Amino acid sequence: MNTINHHLTDQLLMAYAAGNLPEAFNLIVATHVTMCDECRARLESFEAVGGALIASDDCAEMAPDALGDVLSRICEMPSPEIRVSGDSRAGDKLVPAPLTDYVGRELDRVKWRALGGGVRQAVLDTGGAATARLLHIPAGKELPEHGHKGLEATLVLQGAFSDADGRFARGDIEIAGEELDHTPVAEHGEDCICLAVTDAPLKFSGWIPRMAQPFIGI
Amino acid sequence: MRSESEDSSKTEHGGRTEWLSHMRRISAHRDQAAFVEVFEHFAPRVKAFLMKSGASDSLAEDCAQDVMVTLWNKAHLFDPARASVSTWVFTIARNRRIDALRKERRPEPEDLPWGPEAEPDQVDVLSLQQDSEQLGRALSMLPEKQRELIEKAYFGDLSHSEIAADTGLPLGTIKSRIRLALERLRHAMR
Repeated sequence: MNTINHHLTDQLLMAYAAGNLPEAFNLIVATHVTMCDECRARLESFEAVGGALIASDDCAEMAPDALGDVLSRICEMPSPEIRVSGDSRAGDKLVPAPLTDYVGRELDRVKWRALGGGVRQAVLDTGGAATARLLHIPAGKELPEHGHKGLEATLVLQGAFSDADGRFARGDIEIAGEELDHTPVAEHGEDCICLAVTDAPLKFSGWIPRMAQPFIGI
Repeated sequence: MRSESEDSSKTEHGGRTEWLSHMRRISAHRDQAAFVEVFEHFAPRVKAFLMKSGASDSLAEDCAQDVMVTLWNKAHLFDPARASVSTWVFTIARNRRIDALRKERRPEPEDLPWGPEAEPDQVDVLSLQQDSEQLGRALSMLPEKQRELIEKAYFGDLSHSEIAADTGLPLGTIKSRIRLALERLRHAMR
């Protein structure tokens, strides 16, 4: 795995551990954690807080036949498959496992739409209050300048981009709040592919992108 | 909801490591007697957790039963170098709650399970379990208000923008321990 320099916030990790994120944010957290053992360890420490809560003495009485019902269910079950070896390449694939359900293993199921300037995007099919999209920025090109009403998380899957906050390469995630008006520029050499999640529509500052916004689903 | 004081003494005196041997008996020998004890301890706690998360009695009952069936089926995926049994049960219950209440998909990180050829290091396991117990004690010693805020977050009452991630809990030790276990896991898989 390559070195990852930009990580998830505690807030997103704790909300994921608690199960309080919309699907699109769950997707980007699960994808980054697959690539980043540091955030996996942080996530699992937040899950330990949930474990400590469940270990407390608050109990709700189970139905009288609950144990019998569960025992008959597990008796009917075939033995689980022999445990599989872990995949040491988890996190090294272009499309990390959590994302394959949405875009295919090789990005083969992505329906790209042109955004202008050679930039393409594909909105992914997630439910809930946030939106996930893939962005494809040709090497050396920039994403139209935009700000946010809410939170935007951008995870690099291929290539690298730079903006006012620094340089983001594969595995890095940028968490931007309302304050950031940024123009990500893809590095020369390789096209940049990112997973971007927002909980409010992006605000493009240019006139034409703003006009186009209702039509292209940004 | 009722309190089971006899069980709390059990958890304080090495109960956590006791559940580890139960999990081993379940995953290696499909030991139903071990499962019955795990059920009797955890099912009422899972049900209480789900009810505090907004589930009705009957939904919480059904989901708690499903959680215990999942525990039986996936016992071989439990990694004691990275989680206590309570933590692992919590993650199963949380996922079941999302399925039941939100009807959304829940993408999960790709897991890094120990292969059949390698077992987690016993020193790692014991340290992690001790850290988990310490975390439990730290949680119970938090000021009431702060503890309530954490409970609200974990019972699903706060959206991600309302969550205050600074829990006041010593999570650094447990994080470093898990990080180490992950490094050994990556190394063992090569």
